[in-house]
Formats: sequence, C-alpha cells, structure tokens
Amino acid sequence: MDVKKTLDPFPGQVHQSPGGGILTGTLDDVINWARSNSLWPLVFGTSCCAIEMMSTASAKYDWSRFGFEVARATPRQADVIIIAGTIVNKMGPVLKRLYDQMPEPRYVIAMGACATSGGPFFYNTYSVVKGADHIIPVDVYIAGCPPRPEALLHALITLQAKVKSGAPREKISIPELPKPSAS
Amino acid sequence: MMSHEEIKSLILNYSPEAVCDESGPWLQVSIQSTDWLPLAEALRNHSQLQFDYLFCLTGVDWKTHLSVVYHLTSKVFGHTVVVKVKIDDRINPVVETVSNIWRTAELHEREAYDLFGIRFNSHPDLRRLFLTDEWVGWPLRKDYEDPINMIKL
Repeated sequence: MDVKKTLDPFPGQVHQSPGGGILTGTLDDVINWARSNSLWPLVFGTSCCAIEMMSTASAKYDWSRFGFEVARATPRQADVIIIAGTIVNKMGPVLKRLYDQMPEPRYVIAMGACATSGGPFFYNTYSVVKGADHIIPVDVYIAGCPPRPEALLHALITLQAKVKSGAPREKISIPELPKPSAS
Repeated sequence: MMSHEEIKSLILNYSPEAVCDESGPWLQVSIQSTDWLPLAEALRNHSQLQFDYLFCLTGVDWKTHLSVVYHLTSKVFGHTVVVKVKIDDRINPVVETVSNIWRTAELHEREAYDLFGIRFNSHPDLRRLFLTDEWVGWPLRKDYEDPINMIKL
C-alpha cells in the first residue's frame, strides 16, 4: 500500500471569506481523519514482541510521528490494543476484559506469530491460545517473530488507512442470535 | 572454597550409596529419593559445607523414572553442588520436602508438583501453582496428552 496516500491532509475545503474562512467537508470524514491521527495504544505486552513495540515507541522509530505517542496504562483511555506477545489460556480472560473496558471505537493489532497463530515455538503446547483472534476480533495482523519496528509502523499506518476508509468496527453489524423458544 | 574431592568425601560419609560425577563445572551427586532428607540436612548444617542457598530446583521426566535436581551453593564458602534425586516410582512419585531446610523450596516444589506430579512429603502447602486447581494431569511429563491443543509427535 502507498504510505503517502494515508498521510492525506485535512479532508475538507477551506473557503476564504472576509473575516475568516468557511470550512466544508463530510462530518464522517473529519471524524475518521481525527481518529486515525490520534490512536492511543494500550500498554500491553506479554513477551518479546513488546521489546520491539517499545523500540518503535522510542526515539529511533518514534511512532508519535503518526499520532500514536500517548501509550495509556488504562484501557479506558486507549483506542488501540497492540497484542505484543504470546497469549496463554490464563491470559485469555484478562485480554477479553481489557478489550471490553476500552471505549468504542476500539482497534486491535495482532503483533507477531504468537498473537496471530499461537507462535512458532509455543504452538504445540497445552497452555497457548492459537491466535488472539480466538478471544477478540483483530483488525491488522503482523507477521514476524518478532516483527521489526518498521513492520509495526506499517501495521499502524494500515490501521489508519482502515479507519480513514470509514469502515470502523461499529459499522459491521452483528446478526442477532435466535432467541430460545419458550417450549 | 573446598575442592570437589573434599565435598565428595564428606557427602559419601553421609550417603555411601551416592554416585558422584565430576565431568561438569560443578560436582554432581546422584542419590535415591529415600537417602535425600538426611543428606539435605547434612549439606545445610555441616560446618564445612553450609550449603545455605538453594538456587534452582528442577523436575525431570526420564520416561523410566522421574528425578528432582537441586542446585545448592554456599554463600559462606562459595562452593556449589548439584544433587540429582532419583524417584523410581513413576505412578506415585514421592520425595521428602526440603522446604523446612531451604524456605525457597516451598514454591519450587509446588511448581514441580504442578507440572510433574511429584509429591513432596510434609510440604506445608502442596497445591497447584500455575495451573487451575481442577486441572487433570501433569503437563511436563513426557506422556502427557492433550488432544485438543497438542499434535502428537
């Protein structure tokens, strides 16, 4: 994907007039533009991928260039959870609870082989969940063990493109389950 | 610091059945589970040994038998010894606890119990540590089977 395209300027037009300008645009586009440029990640790392995630946050790779600077230590203030590491069966309920506590719209990135599929070396184990998408829905997957910071940045920019495209999760309808009959 | 030979001769005083191996950097002593408790007390309390720090406790499944490996060091003298305790009964493996001698063994023995099913006699609180209380089986045993999560190799 073309990264430059995702760095679009403000999605609207400014009409200059005496005493100030008038700004026109679609409200949805403006909201998505604002959301995508201020995605606050949750501080969440369960193994070695978290080291790469910290590296991506630090000065050399600096994900704040793309609007991810404020990593929150509480899910109530976070927009995106980066699952950086192995999810074991005992961690499953914790991950679900963190996800449930995040305000909508919320986004999920599965970082690395463990989060996408259970991992290359922990796969044949009694204790590991074979992919975080067994627990919560995932927006963007990253391959690698662990992925390089560039790969994480690419995933974050991909997520931005997804948000900007105007199809966030709340627009995907969940079909209602049939109600059990009284008999 | 005592040489391997000196430690070895002192250990052989307490358990003459012990088999010593000096091929590694540390002296390795192999004994039967029934001889372990008197030797452990001697290693801790003997004035020339004073192994006051148990820094690693490991369970091993050899398929034919189980064993528990204790890494001991002395902060007084700086010498280290490895004791390998063999448990022949794989169905009902029991070994005496050393948690009254080295307090740190309390948690480590719980872990070995949790994952290998080795029971430690007179342990004050022998429960599952990492796994849930209702868990069935001992996951680190070689014959552990989990048809849902694991591929049989």
